[in-house]
Amino acid sequence: MTDRYQTFTRTPLGQTLVKNLGLPDPTPLQRWVEGSPVIDGPVVFGAIGETDAGKAIQALLRDIGASFSTATEGVASIGIRPKALVFDATGAATTAELTSLQRFFSPVIRQLAAAGRVIVVGRTPELATSTEQHVAQRALEGFTRSLGKEVKRGATVNLVYVAPDAHEQLDSTLRFFLSPKSAYVDGQVARIGTGPLVSNDPTKPLAGRAALVTGAARGIGASIAETLARDGATIIGVDVPQNADPLRKVMTRLGGSELLLDVTAVDAPQRIAAHAQEQHGGLDIVVHNAGITRDKRLANMRTDAWDAVLDVNLRAPERITHHLLDSKALKDGGSIIGVSSMAGIAGNNGQTNYATSKAGVIGLIQALAPKLAERNIRINAVAPGFIETEMTAKIPFTIREVGRRINSLQQGGLPIDVAETIAWFADPASAGVTGNVVRVCGQSMLGA
Amino acid sequence: MTETRKVAVVAGNRIPFARQDKTYRHSSNSDMLTAALNGLVDRAGLGGQEVGEVVAGAVLKHARDWNMVREVVLGSKLAATTPAFDIQQACGTGLEAAILVGNKIALGQIDAGIAGGVDTASDAPVAVNDHLRNVLLDLNRAKTYPDRLKVLARVRPKDVVPEIPRNAEPRTGKSMGDHAALTALEWGITREAQDELAYNSHINLAKSYDRGFQNDLITPYLGLEKDQNLRPDTSLEKLAQLRTVYGKGETATMTAGNSTPLTDGASTVLLSTDEWARERGLRPLAYLTHSQTAAVDYVKGAEGLLMAPAYAVPRMLARAGLTLQDFDYYEIHEAFASQVLSTLKAWEDPIFCKERLGLDAPLGEIDRDKLNVNGSSLAAGHPFAATGGRIVAALAKQLDENGGGRGLISICAAGGQGVVAILEK
Repeated sequence: MTDRYQTFTRTPLGQTLVKNLGLPDPTPLQRWVEGSPVIDGPVVFGAIGETDAGKAIQALLRDIGASFSTATEGVASIGIRPKALVFDATGAATTAELTSLQRFFSPVIRQLAAAGRVIVVGRTPELATSTEQHVAQRALEGFTRSLGKEVKRGATVNLVYVAPDAHEQLDSTLRFFLSPKSAYVDGQVARIGTGPLVSNDPTKPLAGRAALVTGAARGIGASIAETLARDGATIIGVDVPQNADPLRKVMTRLGGSELLLDVTAVDAPQRIAAHAQEQHGGLDIVVHNAGITRDKRLANMRTDAWDAVLDVNLRAPERITHHLLDSKALKDGGSIIGVSSMAGIAGNNGQTNYATSKAGVIGLIQALAPKLAERNIRINAVAPGFIETEMTAKIPFTIREVGRRINSLQQGGLPIDVAETIAWFADPASAGVTGNVVRVCGQSMLGA
Repeated sequence: MTETRKVAVVAGNRIPFARQDKTYRHSSNSDMLTAALNGLVDRAGLGGQEVGEVVAGAVLKHARDWNMVREVVLGSKLAATTPAFDIQQACGTGLEAAILVGNKIALGQIDAGIAGGVDTASDAPVAVNDHLRNVLLDLNRAKTYPDRLKVLARVRPKDVVPEIPRNAEPRTGKSMGDHAALTALEWGITREAQDELAYNSHINLAKSYDRGFQNDLITPYLGLEKDQNLRPDTSLEKLAQLRTVYGKGETATMTAGNSTPLTDGASTVLLSTDEWARERGLRPLAYLTHSQTAAVDYVKGAEGLLMAPAYAVPRMLARAGLTLQDFDYYEIHEAFASQVLSTLKAWEDPIFCKERLGLDAPLGEIDRDKLNVNGSSLAAGHPFAATGGRIVAALAKQLDENGGGRGLISICAAGGQGVVAILEK
């Protein structure tokens, strides 16, 4: 699906019109290409005092070969265009120290390169040791969410809350937010807790892992399968028999195995578990991507439309998750990823059934995350906003145009953006990442 | 209530099945059912006699045939005092008719009865569309000429487009073949396995003709002596060359060779008590001992349209105290080769049997050499309501010829239904 408006804004005439009329000016986002570095420009690092998190961040920047300079304030004089600004705010023990945010960012924010990254790292407020620290850390969210709306040209701003003693878990998350893999993740908050240290090859983080992807035949599901396979995983692609042909094409390319079934079938959980154990010796990653919409206002909602959406989007992931956990088909240390939706957070006219199911997915993540911690199984969800797919291509023109533009990046995301976020959750090195619901929405104004 | 009586299958007769729009293209359902019924009457020596009841049906039926079976009886060699009624349970019609007659015999309500079925895919009931039908009905209601003209003015060019019955499920819009193709994919049924089943069907039916097995089961009609669809010279190579007709792309496996074609034909079966048969110098070929129906919710896609027999059979086995392996013959109607193979695979699958059927252990494998030993619908064709009668008569004869034994009948039907039964001797 091409965004014709965006293409037009790249022409000389388009540029003139956009400038003079103050029209949306969506910068084409940069996506990660295999083999390219995590970040392809200089990084400026700032901090409030010296902290463990700050040391971990700088170690990572050295690790990925980023050229970076440290500054506490006033970096404008450096005379470079930073690709990323990373600020360690974990040292903020009182609100007085928040002034450092303004001192660090104001002089340099205008210098941020196109498709730049702003990452603020804070301390998980709920785990603060004092009221003052809790307040100061909670304040960061207002800062990043506002700055996300201010930065231009495809830049994103995200906040990473790290629990005390979890600074060693920052690695995979910072890699994700620094790189073009997080192109459409903007204005989000990720929370990192403690977990076992996993060191793996960052270029093939999923090597030797088996990943189940439901709804893998097309759209976002196919992109998820491809991305996880790119990262080294063996894919088990699940889809309904109606999609046998496209599923075969995807799976032939990726070399995984295919499983044709309706996830709502009474024996679907058992069938998936049996297939995974027989053919792959169990599962490491489960992505509940299969989903449907049957939009109608509640007054006109038919029982079967309500039931079908709840069955596919919520009951199936619930039943499959429970069975995979009970049967141990999902190995300890594994990762479960749900697909929620912006509608599940913000609600949407004509989508009571869909939003109910997608909010339920968030409930599943939040309920299970603490329970699964002892098995080191992580459970997270992505909540896509407007993603350009065959499904959104069918939305009427005006509604589609509005849906695309009402976010900080002024454009729709791509299936790969959702897939990359899922790959970050799936990465065993993200051992401290659980219970997160991260939106892939370009910082949509809906339900922000 | 009196004790139930044994229900004997005494004789059967059908006309050869013809391919759609071929030999029987101008024959009506009534013509064909009358021919099959008269052949049975002749064979059993029932000319001019009254039997307890004639129960039969057709799936595709003209509105004017609302009392078809009674009309057929009136035009047949049976006594005009023989009662009759029509039934319809899609492809299960023929077997359900036999079950109904059998039940009346078992309960002592009748001593003998005839079950049957007929269908034509050629002489299909083409109807005017709903709009024109409403106009014509309103025209009939109009009292004055100006009113009639006003009504007639509502006729539109599109009204010439008639409504033709489709071989599609009303609730999904998908044809039966499309549904079966989905089930085939779910169960991983290969093209090769389907072609092999189709090949065996043709070979077995051809052999049954060669050894004269069909001689007293069939009365030639309109010059046709054998089933028109039968290809005795078919081969796996020929079947492998056919292009797929259901499903899409490289995952499609179903061809015209491993799916039943649309056909025309009729069949009848005579059932009675032992005593009634003996009095007329007839003898029981086998006994109808158990039957069962089941239905599945295929609309939401949680179960395949044609998988209901997979549910009906275990329920019947439980009631009869039998296992799936306690049979000498299996007659599984070949709506599509994939339907038969999906059903067999489901019965072997521990997950299906536990989660969907609620059984502790799978039903298990059957001996494939006992399956459709005299051919089935892939070779003979499948005039919907006529298939049950064909199978009951042929299985009864096979059991008799074998000197006894037990046979299982399984028939899938539109609407996600299944009708199954047991014959024993």
